[in-house]
Amino acid sequence: MKPAAFDYVRVATQEEALEVLAREGADARVMAGGQSLMAMLNMRLARPRVLIDIMRVAQLDAIDARSDATVIGAGVRQAKLLAWDRLAERIPLVALALPWTGHVQTRSRGTICGSIAHADPSAEMPLCLTALDGHVHLRSRKKRRRVLARDYFTGMMTTARNDDEMIEAVSFPSLRGCGYGFREVARRHGDFAIVACAAIARPDGLRFAVGGVADKPEARDWPLLEGAALDDALNTFAYELDAGDDVHATARYRRELVRRIGRAVIEEAIACRG
Amino acid sequence: MPRLTSDRRHRVRFTLNGRAVEGEAEPRMLLTDFLRHQIGATGTHVGCEHGVCGACTITVDGALTRACLTLAVQVEGCELRTVEGLSPGPDRLSVLQAAFRRNHGLQCGFCTAGILMSLDTFLREHPRPTEDQLRDLLSGHLCRCTGYTPIIRAAMEAAAELAPAHSEDHCDV
Repeated sequence: MKPAAFDYVRVATQEEALEVLAREGADARVMAGGQSLMAMLNMRLARPRVLIDIMRVAQLDAIDARSDATVIGAGVRQAKLLAWDRLAERIPLVALALPWTGHVQTRSRGTICGSIAHADPSAEMPLCLTALDGHVHLRSRKKRRRVLARDYFTGMMTTARNDDEMIEAVSFPSLRGCGYGFREVARRHGDFAIVACAAIARPDGLRFAVGGVADKPEARDWPLLEGAALDDALNTFAYELDAGDDVHATARYRRELVRRIGRAVIEEAIACRG
Repeated sequence: MPRLTSDRRHRVRFTLNGRAVEGEAEPRMLLTDFLRHQIGATGTHVGCEHGVCGACTITVDGALTRACLTLAVQVEGCELRTVEGLSPGPDRLSVLQAAFRRNHGLQCGFCTAGILMSLDTFLREHPRPTEDQLRDLLSGHLCRCTGYTPIIRAAMEAAAELAPAHSEDHCDV
């Protein structure tokens, strides 16, 4: 449980980080709060040659409330976003889900973008970004690009990020007139979810997303379903997620959670849309 | 930009419980090991080493931190507090520590250092916590002896005793 050897670079600007990434490529890893990556290093599931610490880059520690989206920089810790007085107004779904992300003691260090970079299939922030059709802002020394969440997450802890790119921010779009619901089931509050469900009730339809079952968060758009039609849609989706058995839960239990929690969060979302 | 190479040890300096300390660490050295083996501050315990159990919880620049998910070289220039910094003097206990003793908030004591750090930090920011808030906070720690109930009792008692002092000036008692 000790990391393999690596060089450690503490950068003062984002440009310095991009320079190291351009040179070292896949041998380098960017570390922000370290709440996912350090565990991976300790277990030697990650063995980078160079670790780039970006937490002293002041320009990355910014929350930007634009008219169409809220942009969260790579240095913004989860605790900072949770304490932001405009969170519930700007990104209501994240306000519901963030208290489920880790613990007080890990949110104080972990970042929003770090969770997106790690891309654990049961993590809450990737689920929210997928549910809201948010973007990941990637940057290399040569160019910047924005990738839609559903194109960014490509599988179990794998993403569309190139080796010379880093996440500089993620953006959550501002929606109007929607209601939101979020719930998850885990062995212990703050642990990774066995199943996590997010629902958005739009004026003209539903969006429903599930984490913890498939190898990445999955979302569906439905019309405003009710009653048996909603049960049928949830059941079909539960099977499409192709759940597997593991030490935490059976596939059958996971499908049941998708059906039951799914219904509950959708009803919550419709109720709070008013 | 400083690049600390993997093949040798590098000087690390920070403040520990108000005292300037320094030592040498390879980049890969965890803060837990640095505190215990380089500084000799063995109050911080090492449990799971992947951020789950909470035994190694300390504060870095006032923020709760898993020392096992932190590299020693990351805390260069930072202010650290560990369980050794809680008591107001030799042979004395802080209000929170005394409440733990009265309420049997520990048995084997392995998890205690981390739990005390979490509660001490939390009570400064939330002088009048609810039991639900404390249970949420304790979800970041594993204790296999107490069943948590005595810990909650101790924390509520300490909060009641500390509340006037905290609301005035956030100082230690």
